[in-house]
Amino acid sequence: MDVRFINPFIKSIRNVYQTMMRTDIVFGKPQVKTDGCKNPDVSAVIGYSGDASGAVVIAYQRQAAITTASKFASMELDVSHPDFADALGEIANMIAGGAKAEFEGLDVDPSLPSVIVGDNHEVSNSKVNPSLTIPCDCSFGAFNVHVTMKLEKQAAVGAAS
Amino acid sequence: MKILLVDDSRTIRNIQKNILAKLGHTEIDEAPDGVEGVAKVREFSPDLILLDWNMPNMDGLTFLKTIRADGVTTPVIMCTTEAEKSRVITAIQAGANNYVVKPFSTETMADKIEQTMRKLTAPAP
Repeated sequence: MDVRFINPFIKSIRNVYQTMMRTDIVFGKPQVKTDGCKNPDVSAVIGYSGDASGAVVIAYQRQAAITTASKFASMELDVSHPDFADALGEIANMIAGGAKAEFEGLDVDPSLPSVIVGDNHEVSNSKVNPSLTIPCDCSFGAFNVHVTMKLEKQAAVGAAS
Repeated sequence: MKILLVDDSRTIRNIQKNILAKLGHTEIDEAPDGVEGVAKVREFSPDLILLDWNMPNMDGLTFLKTIRADGVTTPVIMCTTEAEKSRVITAIQAGANNYVVKPFSTETMADKIEQTMRKLTAPAP
């Protein structure tokens, strides 16, 4: 895992939450994680392919996911609402897209988002390429962003951040 | 003014509808991908299109090229997470009239819509 990928994600997470939900994020210290992301109730996942490959997983506990989706959509969205997953998928899409724009010199394609809903589930990641976890907290509750990226082409990723 | 929203996220379409309602626009139709979008262009004849880039079935760039090849001159504002300059240039060359990068504020979206429509209605010099 190339740690230079982290700053583009921090910048993008902050921008998405401030612009779309008018709330500030407090970031904890990023930590290396080798055993996947355990225990979230809701995860939004986007994969990357191209000059760099990997994935970003945004992992929420149930109440933080409900509050975040509702604030984003400006309407009450419970887990069972058909737009709940759509809202969290779009937040992930914006975070992934914003980070991608900072990957200088790399041609990277993000996938369409997938959202997993299930109490206390686990999203596994490659043991060869451990993820970095960015702890995030805001007025809607805490969540974690797990980033696993591998350079397929040498370039000045994140140099501007 | 008739406005068509083409975006695979219903949440984004709802956010856009709320912004457009505040601007006084209520004659709105929507499509979740480029394929349905092309059909809606033919049956709804919009005056403005807000267009996502990354969508299933048919992406926004293909949609744009398809309707321009059909001779449709309706102004199109791309509204996408694709923020790189090269992507903006590609979209403009394909026939986009304006570009909004997600995430967007209500003010930014409103400004881009008004800017686009003003350019199109301005008298020729």
